[in-house]
Amino acid sequence: MKPSRVLAIARKEVRQLRRDPPTIGMLLGVPIIQLLLFGYAIRTDVENLPLAVHDAARTEASRELAARLEATGSFVRVADASGHEQMHDWLREGRVRAGLVIPSDYARRLARGEPASAQLLIDAADPLASQSAIAAAGAVAMAGAGGGAGIGEGLGAGTGAGPGAGTGVAAGTGSGIDLRVRPLYNPGLRAPVYIVPGIIGVLISITMMLITALALVRERERGTLEQLIVTPITRGELMVGKVAPYILFGYVQITAVLLLGHLVFDVPVRGSLPLFYAISFAFVVANLGLGLFISTLARNQQQAMMLGYFFLLPNILLSGFMFPREAMPELAQWLGLLLPLTYYLDVLRGIILRDAGLASLWQETGVLIGFSVLLLVFSALRFRKSLE
Amino acid sequence: MSDVVIDCEGLHKRFGSLVAVRDVTLTIRRGELFGVLGPNGSGKTTLLRMLCGLLEPTSGTAFVLGRDVRDSAEWIRERVGYMSQRFGLYEDLTVRENLEFYAQVYGLTGARREERIAAMVAMAGLEARTDQLAGTLSGGWKQRLALGCAIVHDPALLLLDEPTAGVDPGSRRRFWSIIDELVATTSTTVLVTTHYMDEAERFARVAFISFGDLIAVDAPERVVAAHPGARDLEDVFVMLQAEAT
Repeated sequence: MKPSRVLAIARKEVRQLRRDPPTIGMLLGVPIIQLLLFGYAIRTDVENLPLAVHDAARTEASRELAARLEATGSFVRVADASGHEQMHDWLREGRVRAGLVIPSDYARRLARGEPASAQLLIDAADPLASQSAIAAAGAVAMAGAGGGAGIGEGLGAGTGAGPGAGTGVAAGTGSGIDLRVRPLYNPGLRAPVYIVPGIIGVLISITMMLITALALVRERERGTLEQLIVTPITRGELMVGKVAPYILFGYVQITAVLLLGHLVFDVPVRGSLPLFYAISFAFVVANLGLGLFISTLARNQQQAMMLGYFFLLPNILLSGFMFPREAMPELAQWLGLLLPLTYYLDVLRGIILRDAGLASLWQETGVLIGFSVLLLVFSALRFRKSLE
Repeated sequence: MSDVVIDCEGLHKRFGSLVAVRDVTLTIRRGELFGVLGPNGSGKTTLLRMLCGLLEPTSGTAFVLGRDVRDSAEWIRERVGYMSQRFGLYEDLTVRENLEFYAQVYGLTGARREERIAAMVAMAGLEARTDQLAGTLSGGWKQRLALGCAIVHDPALLLLDEPTAGVDPGSRRRFWSIIDELVATTSTTVLVTTHYMDEAERFARVAFISFGDLIAVDAPERVVAAHPGARDLEDVFVMLQAEAT
């Protein structure tokens, strides 16, 4: 393998890339857009649900309950309702998404040591949003001062058949239930912390697989591949020269996403970066192999695009990037095991969030290396044949 | 033997049940301008591809510049230039970048590289367009740039696969005068495939290829003379086609 010829190919590739703003945009813009989209939009934790309060008790204890609810961050008090009816009207109109009703005897019962109850109404049309709000309220109720309790009631607003009573989240009454949840690694249960490392994996899949496939198919489509293989350049030189610039690009993307994730979403990097960058190489090569493979299947760039998405979709859905694999049916879990991204996500989250070392990640690392060798060899052989 | 550039014997290529090239035996000497004539799909391109080691022959032997194409493909490719019908230019690279790239791939370095690139630019008459993207050139310019890329490494053998397809008559004439000069000044051997019979008159020798068979290998005027009733190569072409089908 002659370095000068590999360099010639790589240089040409960079020159072509420079004249192709849409692709550069894809390479640089996609990481940032994905990061912001996933980071900001896909969060299962709800903040600032507009809350109306009807405090019939008007005591210090009742005001404290409302304040504590607001202090969870899940709710923001936007209005005071004059009564039950107004509260329901506001909920139906969507003016507020939650309503707290404190009966007039709240403080009295509390003082007497009797079970005191208040009612929290939550618009449960969006189950994801309501769930975390209900959970937050439940925590307030359980930690309730002097055995104070809140009862949540969900309002089904999806069918438009009027407010129907949904599930109630009951909390402990006077008894001393004191359940403290202390989530590890992601104490705020914040979605970005979980999602951002995953984005790195998805991005590398896209870049390495799609861009590599496109770059090769483009040469085939335009007839330059035919011209290239009559030159003394070997297939190995051609492949290395073509993919080397994209490997570098992949590392730039990884770094950019980590940095942005840290600065914008406060995602910590707890483990060893060198270890992470090293294991990433196996994943990069595995996806490169897939890109090569796609280039041997596709006759033109559109086909390569379609095939790329065909490979990409299971990566996003089954790898555990967005949905926890534990919640999937068994078949989907098995399919997930066939994807390199599944293992890479374990490595990513392990190193970045938990400071896991090679000692606990050697299995995933081994599988990734196996994947990369297998995919690359298989695809390189196919690529060789396809030149003939 | 050193004078023989191409030497094939019983060269055969089969794709599945289709015979693309049948038992071709052919000797071409240094400095010869040799034309392979035949309709589309007759096996011209397959023959060329075997000669530059792109395709492995099913049977038979082919020696190029004295080496077997089977085991010296890389050595041969360093000394052979190939220009395909599709030109093989990077349309998003400039004229100069295209030449630079192929010069690098062929291992040219330093002053020699610059000298050869400048010579190719001059040959193609592209001095004023070195920074223009290849994709924006018109057909004739593209063709001459592709030729420049194919001979930037000064090959001993030049293979041209339908080089003038889709190029205007003026550019075609200019192209052939460049080739004539190349043969005259550097003794480069040139093997051309074409289905333009008017171009074939200028070749030293021609061969007709029909359904993989190489027939009537000789100087153009002798090929015409050998076919009673034929006035020119075009008549011969049509007669041979009629015979074959």
